[in-house]
Amino acid sequence: ERNNLAGVQHIVLVLSGKGGVGKSTISTELALSLRHSGKKVGILDVDLCGPTIPRVFRVQDNDVHQCDSGWVPVFVDQDKTISLMSIGFLLEKPDDAVVWRGPKKNALIKQFVADVAWGDLDFLIVDTPPGTSDEHISTVEALRPYKPLGAILVTTPQAVSVGDVRRELTFCRKTGLHVLGIVENMSGFVCPHCSECTNIFSKGGGEELARHSGVPFLGCVPLDPQLSQSLEEGRDFIQEFPKSSAFPALAHIAQQVLDSASQRSS
Amino acid sequence: DCPGTSSARAGSAAACQGCPNQSLCAAGAAGPDPAELAELRERLRSVKHTVLVLSGKGGVGKSTFSALLARGLAADEAKQVALLDIDICGPSIPKMMGLEGEQVHQSGSGWSPVYVEENLGVMSVGFLLSSPDDAVIWRGPKKNGLIKQFLRDVDWGEVDYLIIDTPPGTSDEHLSIVQYLSATHVDGAVIITTPQEVSLQDVRKEINFCHKVRLPVIGVVENMSGFVCPKCKNESQIFPPTTGGAEKMCQNLNVPLLGKVPLDPQIGKSCDKGQSFLSEVPESPATLSYKNVIQRIQEYCDQHQFQEEKII
Repeated sequence: ERNNLAGVQHIVLVLSGKGGVGKSTISTELALSLRHSGKKVGILDVDLCGPTIPRVFRVQDNDVHQCDSGWVPVFVDQDKTISLMSIGFLLEKPDDAVVWRGPKKNALIKQFVADVAWGDLDFLIVDTPPGTSDEHISTVEALRPYKPLGAILVTTPQAVSVGDVRRELTFCRKTGLHVLGIVENMSGFVCPHCSECTNIFSKGGGEELARHSGVPFLGCVPLDPQLSQSLEEGRDFIQEFPKSSAFPALAHIAQQVLDSASQRSS
Repeated sequence: DCPGTSSARAGSAAACQGCPNQSLCAAGAAGPDPAELAELRERLRSVKHTVLVLSGKGGVGKSTFSALLARGLAADEAKQVALLDIDICGPSIPKMMGLEGEQVHQSGSGWSPVYVEENLGVMSVGFLLSSPDDAVIWRGPKKNGLIKQFLRDVDWGEVDYLIIDTPPGTSDEHLSIVQYLSATHVDGAVIITTPQEVSLQDVRKEINFCHKVRLPVIGVVENMSGFVCPKCKNESQIFPPTTGGAEKMCQNLNVPLLGKVPLDPQIGKSCDKGQSFLSEVPESPATLSYKNVIQRIQEYCDQHQFQEEKII
């Protein structure tokens, strides 16, 4: 029986209970960092209502083709170091709303997990929508036989976000998904004019949650307009802005993922 | 002839070819049955104005805005305001309204909302959970069931404004709330976005959804629109409007831009503490922006007459 995930070494899910905390951003930057470490990476975007990934890699107008083993993922460059799959590629018009109820979403997610011909990948990163519902249940169920490395949970520092991410931790526990750690995103803003740091979305909530829940804390990523700009323009932030304030944190997260992966392989 | 959106043939009848609603009808299960709608219509008869707060995108400030809209409207003690949180997986409203830990009580006439003020009642799945770690891991049909209960079983009483906070996306919750609310008059939707294209691309889909289900769009609010450093007073665009922001999108789609609200660290703090940012930091430029938007929404509602009989 065809197993399109047979060549994938490690699967990492990026989750949050909360919307808008930077799951897609972290998924993207993690993929770029891993690529810079010489890894072959795939990103599976299972956010069916708000698919972000195609646009941040500037391939939103690409079509998806079929081959004997299933769907061919979209490569972002000639070197084929990063490949993507997202419902974004299947939409005729980008402004078309995908207004589907659960069962239809579940069917597509099963296909995305089983029918994409990823080939050989070091890492498959799965970017998810916010919540603990159909997409999450279906994705975890479909991925279970392939034993994912684990999940990264993203939060912003304030209590309102942390409150939702606590529930996501419960989801991970109940579904048997290993938690690689928590990222506290948008953690402080350094004014480019005067270097004053303002905690726009508060500070410390993610770190506190990690401590309280006994899961690893992967680090704080500050707000960085250069990062937002790079995502908007489909640029490789890791390559172009190594001196920016967010770079060290993002590189550190990638290193911890690499460490977890080597620990498991050995 | 249209078989009707609740019909089993919705979307697949011969007459459906070419109808702009076709894919929407075909995508969903058959809608609520007429008896259910009649029951909801009866229950919601006492609600004068209903406003949905939507966004395609997560984390843009829907709940923050819903909470402040409800509080802003309730500042007039003569008005009765209800705030319904239908975000089943990530219910933020209890915390933002300072009601964490509250529980729902039942009475002969149904579930009682939790009151923040005498004239401001709140309902959320958050009140049904016993621990902050409790996750609601439900598929669509179960979520729909709870949303129907919220509309049918909560004894809101006489309400001038029912504000409904939604989760991000265009899925079960959104389809269901629109279908169930077809039993009553909905003034329209307020759509929240942030300036960057990553948000706008989802918001355009949401506006598209509103058009498909014939939900009027009251207007768009651009949140997190610039940040003024408290020390040097220079402005930074943390979420840059690389494609013209909400302003350009609203021009292109011909929907009103209700206002732009800047980032203020006090907003997040107030939400975390369950306090009203409008009362805590009255002199913030963000407070002024929010108040202007609230006023425009109020004016919009006042202009539109409440239709007693709605033909389905």
